[in-house]
Amino acid sequence: MMERRSSRWSDIDWIIVSLYGILVLMGWFNIYAATFNEEHQSIFDISQLYGKQMLWIATSCFLAWVILMLDPRFFSRLAYPIYGFCIFLLIAVLVVGTEIKGAKSWFTFGGFSFQPSEIAKFGTSLALTFYLSTLGKRFSGLLTRLKAMLILILPAALILLQPDTGSVLVYASFIFVMYREGLSGNILLIGLGGAVLFVVALLLNTTTIELPYDIVLPGQTMMVVVIGLICLVLYAQFKKIKQVKWVILGSFLVITGYIFAVNYAFNNILQKHQQARINELLGIESDPTGAGYNVHQSMIAIGSGGGFGKGFLQGTQTKYDFVPEQSTDFIFCTVGEEWGFIGTFTVIFLFVYLLFRIIIVAERQRSKFSRIYGYCVASIFFFHLAINVGMTIGLAPVIGIPLPFFSYGGSSLWSFTILLFTFIKMDSERMHILR
Amino acid sequence: MNPFNNRRYVVLGIFLTVSLIFLGRLFYIQVIDDSYKLSAKNQALRYVTQYPVRGLIYDRNNELLVYNEAAYDLMVIPKRIKRLDTLAFCNLLGITDSAFDEKIAKSTSYSRFKASVFEKQIPADEWATISEKLYKFSGFFGEKRTLRKYPKSAAAHVLGYISEATPGDLKKDSYYQKGDYVGKRGLEKEYEKRLRGVRGRKVLLVDVHNRAKGSYMNGKYDTLPIAGENLISTIDRELQMYGEQLMRNKRGSIVAIEPSTGEILSMVSSPGYDPNLLVGRPRSKNYKMLQANDSLNPLFNRSINAMYRPGSIFKLVESLVALDEGVITTETRFRCNRGIIGCHGSHTNDDLVPAIQHSCNPYFWNVFKRLVQRGKYSSIFKDAAYGLNLWQERVKKFGLGVQLKTDLPGLKKGNVPDVAFYNRWYGEYRWAFSTIYSVSIGEGEMLVVPIQMANLAATIANRGYFYEPHLIKSIGADSVKRPEFTIRNETEVDPEYFDPVIEAMYKVVNEDGGTARRARMDSIEVCGKTGTVQNEPWPDHSVFIAFAPRENPKIAIAVYVEYSDFGGTWAAPISSLMIEKYLTGEVKRPEKEKRILDAVFLDIYDGKKEQ
Repeated sequence: MMERRSSRWSDIDWIIVSLYGILVLMGWFNIYAATFNEEHQSIFDISQLYGKQMLWIATSCFLAWVILMLDPRFFSRLAYPIYGFCIFLLIAVLVVGTEIKGAKSWFTFGGFSFQPSEIAKFGTSLALTFYLSTLGKRFSGLLTRLKAMLILILPAALILLQPDTGSVLVYASFIFVMYREGLSGNILLIGLGGAVLFVVALLLNTTTIELPYDIVLPGQTMMVVVIGLICLVLYAQFKKIKQVKWVILGSFLVITGYIFAVNYAFNNILQKHQQARINELLGIESDPTGAGYNVHQSMIAIGSGGGFGKGFLQGTQTKYDFVPEQSTDFIFCTVGEEWGFIGTFTVIFLFVYLLFRIIIVAERQRSKFSRIYGYCVASIFFFHLAINVGMTIGLAPVIGIPLPFFSYGGSSLWSFTILLFTFIKMDSERMHILR
Repeated sequence: MNPFNNRRYVVLGIFLTVSLIFLGRLFYIQVIDDSYKLSAKNQALRYVTQYPVRGLIYDRNNELLVYNEAAYDLMVIPKRIKRLDTLAFCNLLGITDSAFDEKIAKSTSYSRFKASVFEKQIPADEWATISEKLYKFSGFFGEKRTLRKYPKSAAAHVLGYISEATPGDLKKDSYYQKGDYVGKRGLEKEYEKRLRGVRGRKVLLVDVHNRAKGSYMNGKYDTLPIAGENLISTIDRELQMYGEQLMRNKRGSIVAIEPSTGEILSMVSSPGYDPNLLVGRPRSKNYKMLQANDSLNPLFNRSINAMYRPGSIFKLVESLVALDEGVITTETRFRCNRGIIGCHGSHTNDDLVPAIQHSCNPYFWNVFKRLVQRGKYSSIFKDAAYGLNLWQERVKKFGLGVQLKTDLPGLKKGNVPDVAFYNRWYGEYRWAFSTIYSVSIGEGEMLVVPIQMANLAATIANRGYFYEPHLIKSIGADSVKRPEFTIRNETEVDPEYFDPVIEAMYKVVNEDGGTARRARMDSIEVCGKTGTVQNEPWPDHSVFIAFAPRENPKIAIAVYVEYSDFGGTWAAPISSLMIEKYLTGEVKRPEKEKRILDAVFLDIYDGKKEQ
């Protein structure tokens, strides 16, 4: 028994644990800097956010320890029950949840609140992992894909009802997991192509193109014309190939339809503030005092940090509340302003190191379950990192999702800890599991 | 092997690519692009101007003439106004709703992001109430200013005034910022650069609500304001105020100079104004009133800007030049025939001293004739041109017809007609002595500014030289005067010729038959000369220049009272009172004083009341 116990500790991947520890501590110090209060200078003062974050960190450590103590079969056995419980919570929050900033995303107990959508990522990961791990070698067949999609769409749809668009988008990150497990690579290309078309369509939405003879075409019409011409050229090139006519015609119709659908969706489905944020991001509109205020201020804060930063607690933009949501969604600004490029480089480097380490560790698993789960964790972290940091530097639309380990908040820190340590636990047992 | 194992590299590649894009972007906005640093500074730093204290102005006896009083400008940054309770705000300031809207619109049109003045020059006592409640109104803050204040209403023209920098000022001198005060007239203008001091700047950190959060970098970039230098003026405040009192209800000017130094003891221009009128919020209203709505033009400094015909006081210059040119001696006599030119009093055939004493017009007609007609050319026209040229050169040595180098801006130079002048007027060789003889008695085309008359008195008191009259004793730590104020200007008239002239001036005041008996005092030997400048059909201007005491003169004075009467009737007694006041410190002749104080010559028909 003693031997077993000691091996349990030594089998833990301490690199990931260390990266976790470093990032969590850095996050804590930055929350301290972002919400520093002259009258409560102690970082342990639990009347302040930084004191509370310390409590979240302590409880996270406890959670991590509990997870490491659990039987490794716990997760695969209970994957669906946990998923089911998460779905239950997501339904419950729509009924008894507290509405904060227009979204019914929170349970509140006394002074504390809890966001079930955070833990739902964990449940969904387990369920998807379990489902994919039970499949054969190939991830194919329409039914299989539909089932996998259903696992994702169910929680995503419930979260969309809150509504919390940011958390919904996180579910898109599972595309990496499915890709790794055999989903056609075209899905990534189609996704990329769709995104490019989306941007181009919106950009052209507001432009007109003047042709000779006083012909003025709306930009999108021009785009359709150009795509049509390309299709004709392709047809001329490949008309020897059977049925190419229909493929090209079909693609043309789909693309054209998509372009106009983008327009429709943008104007009729997205809310005003979401339209404004996208316009702002694409540079179609610029309103530093309105829709663009957050990003404008965030870029000023980060940009003013320079190469070496203004120093701990010296960030003027940070200290004096110029950036909204500084301790949560825009915590990266504090890093950028007070630690400069050295700081932002370090944080991104640590995250990339963590992501790479998770992938490397995932790939060394004998168990398919552990590997797929590792990809889930990496994908979710990557998506949060990309959207959150991208948003603060004007490369992604403003979507309120936290930066793992940095943004203030118990729910998110707990769920990221659970996500990560579950994987660490699985990895530590890899020698004891037969393929 | 799983056929999809290589897909891990695609996933890692995507992670890496996105991270590198982020790092590139971060490197660009943090290291390469400086505009964000600038924006951060503009947002989080507030530059507060620390206005320096303007230098004080004292009189020659260290009595205060000008000091400063705190006032506050209420500034606004329209962008930072948040949820303003307009009603409470208007009540606090005591302004109406529409005035508020107008001011906000004005500030907004200047800049939404930069501070501009919402309400200026709020007196300190009012500010105390306002500042207490100001925290409720974000976007507004106060800036301390200083206003000029005058303990006594005295020497308004000499001191001048300050007002807000105009766009022209901002362009001319890059030191100035919008809202600065600039000396516009008088000493305030002349010594602006030393009185104004140097602005300081405080860099404050502000939060998103524009609340000051402390000083930036522990004040590393702050500069302290440097106070302006104090100025000690040559003015004697008591004498100045007495002069202003005497000139009440009269138009004209008094200039008194200390002959041995050229220091101006007082400079009165009447009607004047209370300098306190041009301070603070009522300034523009009062300025308009003084400038446009007052036909007596109280802002006009007659002492340096009014050009008058000098009248008979010019006979003193005539005498000195003629003696030095050798065209007459003290024994030279001319008949007072009163044919071409009128005269007054009972005298028939005076030599020089009585001629001055009686102010005999025909005598000086003859003197001027000798000065102009030198007999050098047979043509009377050519000869007159030659003679006039010699004459005007000598006259200009007395500081007449030239601009004195005093330290008041905008001094007029008067006119001593020369050859070019008459050629322009009549044509070359189209004029001779008979054309221009009225100059002989200080009439005609002669024009003199009161300060030049006082300077003439000082020159005679000094027996042949003068220092440029000036208003400053010292400024700041250095008491060295400008070099031009310490240079002796020589008239190049032999000092011995001054004796008979001074003798005559003594008799003008002290002997029977003198024209200025009203200026006589038992205790002080006053020497003077009257002038009565004709203004048909209106009353004459009354002129008197004098100095006292006769030996070792301490004061030289010129008094000009417009539209009053003979020089001896008004200007002479005023001079006498001024001299008494300055030399003894008090006036012991209440009836004489009362007669002057009661006299009113504001309307041109008020004069000649004694006749």
